[in-house]
Amino acid sequence: MASVARLLPTPEAHDLLELTEELAEKELAPKVDDYEARGEFPREIIRTLGRSGLMGLPYPEEYGGSAQPYEVYLQVLEILAARWVAVAEAISVHTLACYPLAYHGSQEQQRRWLPDMLGGELLGAYCLSEPAGGSDAANLTTRAVKDRERYFINGTKAWITHAGVADFYNVFCRTGGPGPKGISCLLAPDHTAGLHVQNRERTMGLKASPVAQIAFDDAVVDADRLIGQEGEGFRIAMGALDAGRLGIAACAVGLAQGALNYATIYARERTQFGKPIIDFQGLGFMLADAATQISAARALTLHAARLRDAGKPYSIEAAKAKLFASDMAMRVTTDMVQVLGGAGYVADHPVERYFREAKVLQIVEGTNQIQRLVISRALAKDE
Amino acid sequence: MKIVVLVKQVPDSGAERNLRAEDNTVDRASANNVINEMDEYALEEALRIQEAHGGSTVTVLTMGPERATESIRKALSMGPDGAVHVLDDALSGTDALGTSKVLAAALKRLEPDLVLCGAESTDARGQVLPHMLAERLGVAALTGARKLTVDGSQLTIERQTEEGYEVVTAATPAIVSVWDTINEPRYPSFKGIMAAKKKPVETLTLADLGVSADEAGWAGALTTVASHAKRPPRSAGVKVTDDGEGGTKLVEFLVSEKFV
Repeated sequence: MASVARLLPTPEAHDLLELTEELAEKELAPKVDDYEARGEFPREIIRTLGRSGLMGLPYPEEYGGSAQPYEVYLQVLEILAARWVAVAEAISVHTLACYPLAYHGSQEQQRRWLPDMLGGELLGAYCLSEPAGGSDAANLTTRAVKDRERYFINGTKAWITHAGVADFYNVFCRTGGPGPKGISCLLAPDHTAGLHVQNRERTMGLKASPVAQIAFDDAVVDADRLIGQEGEGFRIAMGALDAGRLGIAACAVGLAQGALNYATIYARERTQFGKPIIDFQGLGFMLADAATQISAARALTLHAARLRDAGKPYSIEAAKAKLFASDMAMRVTTDMVQVLGGAGYVADHPVERYFREAKVLQIVEGTNQIQRLVISRALAKDE
Repeated sequence: MKIVVLVKQVPDSGAERNLRAEDNTVDRASANNVINEMDEYALEEALRIQEAHGGSTVTVLTMGPERATESIRKALSMGPDGAVHVLDDALSGTDALGTSKVLAAALKRLEPDLVLCGAESTDARGQVLPHMLAERLGVAALTGARKLTVDGSQLTIERQTEEGYEVVTAATPAIVSVWDTINEPRYPSFKGIMAAKKKPVETLTLADLGVSADEAGWAGALTTVASHAKRPPRSAGVKVTDDGEGGTKLVEFLVSEKFV
């Protein structure tokens, strides 16, 4: 298999990717089929990745992170996603869930919770979407009312990845008036009284990753678990999502790479009319186009990451990367099913799973229509 | 407790391995060289003892060519404190007896309470080194452990046998060899990999150890490989047709192959 040519900023990044390859090879590849078939969340595997330092890569060393640039963190995600996108997505969601505390928490809050979060002992979830609206986050309706030193939360959050397996939930809720300025972020532990995980969604793909609604029925959260100030929640959520979009883009690149790798080996070995099917131009060119699209998506994703690492505005580039990479992954995984023909349509080969998994990447962390909205609005305002 | 773990670099047993035509030794240059798998279990056991008993140190001891440095760094990334690398051009061609002489000299310098090693290496598979070292050092050999318990200076192992296990005890100093049933080795962490780059690796030559060059290498070898040939391709299996005696024939086959 043609290996991916990578430009890495440091020798330590090289070592990190080598470690990631080893973990992907030994811990993910042999287990993915079984866990996905049974729909079981691989908590122990996530813990192993955490102990190896993969659950807090872009965060400061002071609190147990590894202080890696996004450029490197995203390539780690990509390598994991090429073997098991649910695990890569779990790390992306967890990294997103650590964002509010790591960037907006007080030192006291960070000291208390961040080391266990970044070490992967505590797994995170991110509760922004609601049944009535995922994309229209500024108008969310889950309400938190402060009574002395406690908040009482009422409402329902939807599409929560890690529902029921997370140890902490970032809950974005309305503490003030309507609109984005009335929203705050609370860090609720899993044992919060009044926090009820609803029935698991029967998803098309990523079956190892539990998704459910979470109902808050007078859920009690201590006031010292407010992250940032009251009213800052929307700004925190959007900042986290910009970074989260890059994570999804990297998952899409890895997933497509995994699909291409599998289909390429198949096309080299499968013979028809006396020669390997990769030697038929119709198929060979399909694989060539897939390889090219993957390289383009990787380059776009890492460009956005490098802007972020350099401290430059990167929201628009992140939106483009998420849009392009996830649309690309959908196309490539569709084509890789085609390369395998009938064999691609049955569960004996993983490409039908890749195809089902790609779809969700066009939807999460802002649908691709929202990404286009973000990009077109920026074009309209551009001077 | 001062623990030394013997770590050998071997060609990856998962890939094709060859002997060199010119001298019948393992072709290490073209192989993917890795830590002998069983040694990782010994290392894990050492680290667990260190975690359970405060004030312990774990040192990796390797004898091998320059490229064994990669395996030493890999071992250090799992968590040991430091390493000793016996490195000398004159070591090429050393047999098991010579290896035990060199490693015993290194261990005398290190004065460990406990030496841990894999029960065998995946290249030579001799299983003799722990016994040779114990003899040279005058310490107890607890070999083939599937479990090790440390209680002060008292060591107890469950020695794995074909039928079950035997309980064997000895006081430190001792050498313990382990099988892959003893634990599940940890992965290195990213921080461990970074830290390993800064850990001390002492390089010792034969002269440093007071071993003369003619006691090691080709000159000191009592055994050499005279010739070698590729393993023949697998022959066709035995086909049993069931004409009423099929069950009996299957059982006879399983017995003859010692499966039952």
